[in-house]
Amino acid sequence: MPIVKFILSRTWIWSWVAAAGAFMMVMALTQGRGASELAYAALSFGAFAAIVGLGQMLVITLGPGNVDLSIPATMTLAGTLALKTMGSDPNTAILGFTVAIGVGILAGMMNFALIYLLRLPPIIATLAASLIFQSIAIWSNRGLRIKPPEGLADFATGRTFGLPNVALVGLGLSILVWIVLERTVFGRWLLAAGQNLRAARLAGIPVEFVRATTYITVAVFASIAGFFLSSFSGGAALNMGQEYLLTSIAVVVIGGTSIAGGMSNVPGVWGASLFMFLVVSMLNSYGLGAGVRMMLTGTIIIGIVIAASTRRTRA
Amino acid sequence: MQSAFQNGTPIVALNHAEKHFGAVRALDGVSLSIAPGECIGLVGHNGAGKSTLVNLINGGLAPTGGSVTFPASGESRALSAGVRSVFQELSLCPNLSVAENLRISHSDLKGAGWRKKARAEIIQSLDAVFPDHGIGADTSVDRLTIAERQMVEIAIGFAPRGRDARLVILDEPTSSLDAGIAQQLLAHIRQFCADGGAVIFISHMMGEIFDVASNIIVMKDGKIVANKPTSQFSRASLVEAMGHVGVKNSKAAVRRQASDFGEEVLKSKDGLTARRGEIIGLAGLAGHGQAEALARLYFSNTSSWRMGKASNMVFVAGDRGRDGVLPLWSILRNMTVSILPQTARRGLVDRDAEKRTAADWKTRIGIRTDDVDNPILSLSGGNQQKVLFARALASHASIIIMDDPMRGVDVGTKQDVYDMIQTEAATGRTFLWYSTETEEVCQCDRVFVFRDGKISAELTGDDITEDRILEASFEMQEASA
Amino acid sequence: MIRLFATHRILLPVVSLAVLLAATFYMQPRAMSYFGVNLLFNLAVPIALATVAQMMIIMVNDIDLSLGAFVSLVACVTATFLHDTPVLGVAILAGLIVAYAGIGALIHRFDLPAIVVTLGMSFVWGGLAVMILPSPGGAAPTWLRSLMTVKPPLLPMAVVAAILIAGLTHLLIMRSGIGTVLRGVGGNATSVVRAGWPVLRLKAGAYGLAGFFGVLSGMALVGLTTAADANIALRYTLLSIAGVILGGGEFVGGRVSAVGAVIGALTLALAASFLSFMRLSPDWQIGAQGAILILVLTARLIFTRRDKEQS
Repeated sequence: MPIVKFILSRTWIWSWVAAAGAFMMVMALTQGRGASELAYAALSFGAFAAIVGLGQMLVITLGPGNVDLSIPATMTLAGTLALKTMGSDPNTAILGFTVAIGVGILAGMMNFALIYLLRLPPIIATLAASLIFQSIAIWSNRGLRIKPPEGLADFATGRTFGLPNVALVGLGLSILVWIVLERTVFGRWLLAAGQNLRAARLAGIPVEFVRATTYITVAVFASIAGFFLSSFSGGAALNMGQEYLLTSIAVVVIGGTSIAGGMSNVPGVWGASLFMFLVVSMLNSYGLGAGVRMMLTGTIIIGIVIAASTRRTRA
Repeated sequence: MQSAFQNGTPIVALNHAEKHFGAVRALDGVSLSIAPGECIGLVGHNGAGKSTLVNLINGGLAPTGGSVTFPASGESRALSAGVRSVFQELSLCPNLSVAENLRISHSDLKGAGWRKKARAEIIQSLDAVFPDHGIGADTSVDRLTIAERQMVEIAIGFAPRGRDARLVILDEPTSSLDAGIAQQLLAHIRQFCADGGAVIFISHMMGEIFDVASNIIVMKDGKIVANKPTSQFSRASLVEAMGHVGVKNSKAAVRRQASDFGEEVLKSKDGLTARRGEIIGLAGLAGHGQAEALARLYFSNTSSWRMGKASNMVFVAGDRGRDGVLPLWSILRNMTVSILPQTARRGLVDRDAEKRTAADWKTRIGIRTDDVDNPILSLSGGNQQKVLFARALASHASIIIMDDPMRGVDVGTKQDVYDMIQTEAATGRTFLWYSTETEEVCQCDRVFVFRDGKISAELTGDDITEDRILEASFEMQEASA
Repeated sequence: MIRLFATHRILLPVVSLAVLLAATFYMQPRAMSYFGVNLLFNLAVPIALATVAQMMIIMVNDIDLSLGAFVSLVACVTATFLHDTPVLGVAILAGLIVAYAGIGALIHRFDLPAIVVTLGMSFVWGGLAVMILPSPGGAAPTWLRSLMTVKPPLLPMAVVAAILIAGLTHLLIMRSGIGTVLRGVGGNATSVVRAGWPVLRLKAGAYGLAGFFGVLSGMALVGLTTAADANIALRYTLLSIAGVILGGGEFVGGRVSAVGAVIGALTLALAASFLSFMRLSPDWQIGAQGAILILVLTARLIFTRRDKEQS
């Protein structure tokens, strides 16, 4: 039964099955009306979770203890500074994007500098850095809500070939990450370092270079998400990144990436991101509140790590 | 205890005790009883079964066959029978104070004022074993030197802890103590045994064994090969009893001379040197700094930040789980991880070249698998080790460091690898080879023997014999008092 | 002096707090009064309790990402059930503590990554909180309100409470036998197992203690704010981690300090007030907390490095 074996060996299948299930549940209630609208909304909102999730996935792949808690602050900072630079002027989108990327690179370098130079555990380093990023964002924002340039706002909310542009951006980044992980030397290094850092170093892999690059990448991804999210929602809000701290970790875990490191799962992140949005829609349409949704999400996360651990002990 | 001492009921008795790990017979039918007042010196090669024996006695492992009983106390558990172990690896909680560490192993210390009792007990024990130790009961263990930590551990081993210690197992207790402190310990052991206690004493210091042991037990290949009063041994006869682990002097080839090698390619701070094409052996008892010296050498010659197309040094791990195998990956990926940059184009892995390399080495080194895409963990230990050899040999590196790579490898594989190393060395590659098996070290062109983290001897040519290596591994002089 | 700081890890947090306090009084002499100090440390009590809770988890080498959500949930229970039907309220809070112990046992039994399990639990706690109190509201039980606003002689309530919390947890964790064994689990679990201790129960105990202090934190918070909402204490997760580290704790190895954790929490609470006195814009308050964290950790790194070089 090679097909069954193939399906069971692809952990990302489950997140897609769950997402499809949630989709069907909504459709069952509306008798199939609004299917394309729901799919469109799921792709739009899921894209942001997927972009930050991809970054978080790379960091988590580095192995136990590696996580970036500064994602929300980096998103907010990048969105705020980019919009401020653009100042709603037309034809500044490229400039704004460059600023956002620059913020990401600097934020990632700061995070890794704290980890490497001060020998801080990544949790504490990214936490401390995030407090500073947050302050810079508050200071530069000054409570003003600067509108994104019209063209950029249109792009962020618009569609191409029937797909939301933000989803296309997310898709492009996903393909990039997939190629890096599956086809490049760097990807091999990253996966090896996540399985056993010492063994990777002894195999000649430049592990600190790998770690630094990864921490910078996650910050750049957060910046890209922040840039498009603030353009999408008509301006940067100081709390706009908040929900993405837990979401970014949750989509990685639900998507089937190993929390023990060394194994990434790009399609799973997308499945989980869509699922996270669709399950809200499902519970909303059945009249269940946010509370039930959150409890369900939490239970799923814990269920997945327990299932993964029993599979590990059996293997 | 007094009565037990008089009628000589053994504290512990082993009856045909066996312990198997898979197919390996770590302990192969050992019968032994230890009576009050005895001090047993336990000696043997690496892997002779010393630590398995100790673990059966202290309850750390259950025997596969035979029995372990505690007749004197009638207890069934080692801990309640008064058996204590002081382990070679430090087993204190570094974040706790000296007195608090006693609390961990003495669960009866309870209630208000337990701290006072713990302090008094540990200081009393320290005073008894090591007069003038100068260790405070409230000092945090991570602020102590290694020697002080070892002293604390020994003191906890001898401390009353609710019931008196009957049998204390000391595994290399003096490895980080200086001679004076070690003498204090030996004096205490003599006193402890005279008072009706018993001790199992494992040490690489021959002087200490002869000094303190009433009986010496020699182990080899999981069996006791000699168990006699100390007076019936001489140093020479002891070394002889330990030695000759089935050595077949298979090395027919004429020893290569210094002139056969190229220029010196390596010189470390520890004093290791190597010339082009030479096979350097690192010998000595396990845990005497050989692995650390090799790791230091490798780390200082490679970078964590850059990796050029060709690094000139590669590492073959012996502790596969900790240092070598990438457990989630296939055989192929494990084999090629170090050589990817050699064939990569614009950062992309050349997967065809990778496949060719893997197929090539699969046949050259004889990895038993039908598909190199199978997970690495589907292989036996010996075949996993072959993958690690292939990883190193497939690279362009000219210096190959091997950290006891033959652990748990079957004889056939070993012979294949020996031949391969000889061939590669002939092409000008340099090998640094640490092995716990003397037989392997004897195949090298030059041997450094380690003791206590330092090089204690450098042997060349016909001096590379098992006896010379043993001599240099053990401290032969009388422990100076 | 370096040796002194390295030997007595508590000195650095104490000095950090003292420097910050002195600077505050220098900037704003009027703060040097009963009411001034009370104002400075007003919200420090629940933060200190949450930090102690986090310390219990870090003590056994884990980390709790759900603490903020848990404290929010407790606040919601306190402002509703405990206010309306005290018996039920107490039962729910006791149940929450048992649940926390259960999570500890689960994490140890299946060898799960604490960071992910507690992340999942943060959704569960948050969901429960939203269900109990969908919109901000509720009311503090009167006795709790009066307890939190009591005006003891000489020292303000916040300071008295902080001293009490520090003293009691110090006795519990640093002095008692069981606290010693719990720290031993963090320091060298193998040797604790070898000595015959049931580590599963010890770990459940540490989590149970964390739940207990989390409950106290939520109750204290409601006593001060008089009302609750489901997101009231979400930032406590990160604040509590920062507080433990500021107080001289380390992520691994069971190296924590009860007094240090409380001092770390006070420092974080004071940092916010201090910056408002500096007439530095409130925008920088959060960032200053981060900067202080980095500064103190840098200082600690320098001390331990120098100490190693000397010895």
